[in-house]
Amino acid sequence: MAPVATPFFFYVLSGIMLIGGILVITRKNPVHSAVALILTLLAQASIYLMLYAPFVAGVQIILYAGGIMVLFLFVIMLVSIDRSIRERQFNSQRVVGIIAATALGGLFIAVYTKGKDIFPDHVLPIVENDNTQKIATMLYGQYMFAFEIASLLLLVAIIGAVVMAKKRI
Amino acid sequence: MESVLHITTLHYLVLGAALFLLGVIGVLTRRNVVIVLMSIELILNAVNLNLVAFSRMWGGLHGQVFAIFVITDAAAEAAVGLGILIAFFRNKETVNIDEVNLLKW
Repeated sequence: MAPVATPFFFYVLSGIMLIGGILVITRKNPVHSAVALILTLLAQASIYLMLYAPFVAGVQIILYAGGIMVLFLFVIMLVSIDRSIRERQFNSQRVVGIIAATALGGLFIAVYTKGKDIFPDHVLPIVENDNTQKIATMLYGQYMFAFEIASLLLLVAIIGAVVMAKKRI
Repeated sequence: MESVLHITTLHYLVLGAALFLLGVIGVLTRRNVVIVLMSIELILNAVNLNLVAFSRMWGGLHGQVFAIFVITDAAAEAAVGLGILIAFFRNKETVNIDEVNLLKW
């Protein structure tokens, strides 16, 4: 099936993502930031769907918006935010930070205007029905070792988080 | 006009760069540790967007597999970071990152 009104949806979703990102870094209340981040993540999942990556989109929604953000919200509930809301929100390095970010943005613009010809204008229309199956084959075949390392990393992270958050070890 | 109406890889890369910059600004300027961690998530998401866009450009799936590994790392990073945050809050009763100065010379 041919995609319908792709540019329109791309610009709407990018707008949602950028507005969500700006809200994340400007809100006083961390809960509001977390909700804005969830909005950004959901819009990004839709953009993955536009890029014909349904499995990554599903993982994004389940793991990021569903798992990691719940972890964030739990921690926000555990720590007291009443005091931090009344404090100054930006540190004294904010001018330097914004200058550094602007320089990085200028670098990005320079690279993308110079390297514009590298990226082909017309992308191949691949419509795959077995995206998930192919990714699974690659994960358990070609990327087996990386997969095992990732599971080890998660084990280390679980133990680390428990040890860190425990009162007396 | 043609470049506005025809979505190419470059459009996705520019979106990823903008998201990356928002994350960098958040990391460098905010004082609340929770929001700094959320900004790191923004940065990782920008990288993921680039990976998936390149995967679409080349027609393969390696970029998508790599994006899944990045999501795994993001989960591990969030768990450890928030564990450190809880330990820090227990000791100092604050979530202000400027108070993290024990190793400062």
